[in-house]
Amino acid sequence: MMSQVRQAAAIAPAPAGTRGALQAALEGGAFTVTAEVGPPRSADTEAIRRKVAALRGFVTAVNLTDNQSAMARMANWAASLVAMAAGVPPIMQLTCRDRNRIMLQSELLAAGAMGIPNIVVMTGDHPRFGDHPDAKPVFDLDSIGLLWVARTLRDEGRLMSGRSLAVSPDWFLGAVENPFAPPLSFRAARLGKKIAAGAQFVQTQYVFDVEMFGRWLAQVRDLGLDDRCHIIAGVGPIMSLRALDHLQHRVPGVYIPHDVARRLLAVPAGQTADEGMKVCAEIIGELRRMPGVAGIHMIATGNEHRIPDILQLAGVAAGATRAH
Amino acid sequence: MYLLHHLLEPNPAYRRLASFLAGRPRLNRLFTGAERMVKQELFGCRMCGQCALPATGYACPMTCPKQLRNGPCGGVGMDGSCEVYPDRRCVWLMAYERAEARGRAADLTLLQRPIDQRRWDTSSWISYWQGRDEDLATGDNGLAAAAPLSRPVRAGGE
Repeated sequence: MMSQVRQAAAIAPAPAGTRGALQAALEGGAFTVTAEVGPPRSADTEAIRRKVAALRGFVTAVNLTDNQSAMARMANWAASLVAMAAGVPPIMQLTCRDRNRIMLQSELLAAGAMGIPNIVVMTGDHPRFGDHPDAKPVFDLDSIGLLWVARTLRDEGRLMSGRSLAVSPDWFLGAVENPFAPPLSFRAARLGKKIAAGAQFVQTQYVFDVEMFGRWLAQVRDLGLDDRCHIIAGVGPIMSLRALDHLQHRVPGVYIPHDVARRLLAVPAGQTADEGMKVCAEIIGELRRMPGVAGIHMIATGNEHRIPDILQLAGVAAGATRAH
Repeated sequence: MYLLHHLLEPNPAYRRLASFLAGRPRLNRLFTGAERMVKQELFGCRMCGQCALPATGYACPMTCPKQLRNGPCGGVGMDGSCEVYPDRRCVWLMAYERAEARGRAADLTLLQRPIDQRRWDTSSWISYWQGRDEDLATGDNGLAAAAPLSRPVRAGGE
């Protein structure tokens, strides 16, 4: 197994011993950039290769989503292997929506066996708003339970049943959090639960309201959680008024303050994308100055190729440092 | 509600009653039916058979469409609405508000272990009195020392 992990690391651009590039960057104090790549609604790997190639050299790792928005797509693990082969370390997303505890453990073992270096665990969107609203929602475990199971597999070499593994998987383990969803005063404590269950890094929901994010971060720091978990803030450009409407009304848990919406509505048609990228770059700049923020996670669905431009606009070069 | 929990705390009489009922299928069914009626009326109980109510401000987490046991998901609307059924209020928001009002917010930081899916439609009161619910959650928030995941899984039936 270890040799497979090393083999995988050898494909990654910045191997550091047996640790993956993402863990090495975060622990090394670099301002770390990750980006989201959605697997295609297709049996063709070309789209993933194209998206990943556009990001190579600009991001430390890419998230391969797990049937995001509860819509059936190519599997997270297969897309992760494609990204790995294309030269960017994958972060395999894993949700509790479609699998029971047997399958979840099976996938975690498979990811370890295939050398997928990073896993990020979440509950997952409910199928009701996906493209198969008639599907059975599984939710056998919740995200905290799944983190706990993953850590037990890796660190204790044991399944939920208590049976031991001949070889344990070895990935860097992450979670997600939404600082903008009520109850706001419980969100930092909830991250604490995820850290207690095994999260080593966290990627947040889109940040459009930096002040509100700052209030959450202050609570996180008061609890000392930023010393135990790398905080990666989610950001993304709003490229059109249609996208604005979609994010405001169709994506659960996204909060867009009025001043951001106003800015996008104020510019002449045809300049929305530019303004959206500018807003995004400004938010990145503000986040980068905040102690406790270890990096950013870029979500630009359908516009992954614009991510390098946004990073340039924000002045975030590869190997940038973070605030302390 | 916290008073109700006090009322149900295991004592020798309850423990004897529990083992008496456990061995008598018909009486057990009657008792379980009574528990269902009371808890359905009060909490919208779904009879998962491993009650978390005392640690959730007496808002039943199994009424959450995702049946989350460890707190709200990230999809709660700004107005406190459920992601899945926007006309409903998030049950975890209610749990948090009720627990906090009673000075019990720390209950929500306990790590709740994954449930045993075999125990649906069984009496949680009998299980509770028999001591089977003692390790449903960790004793603290698990941040000082890593809490073990395992609740020993009983292979096969009970």
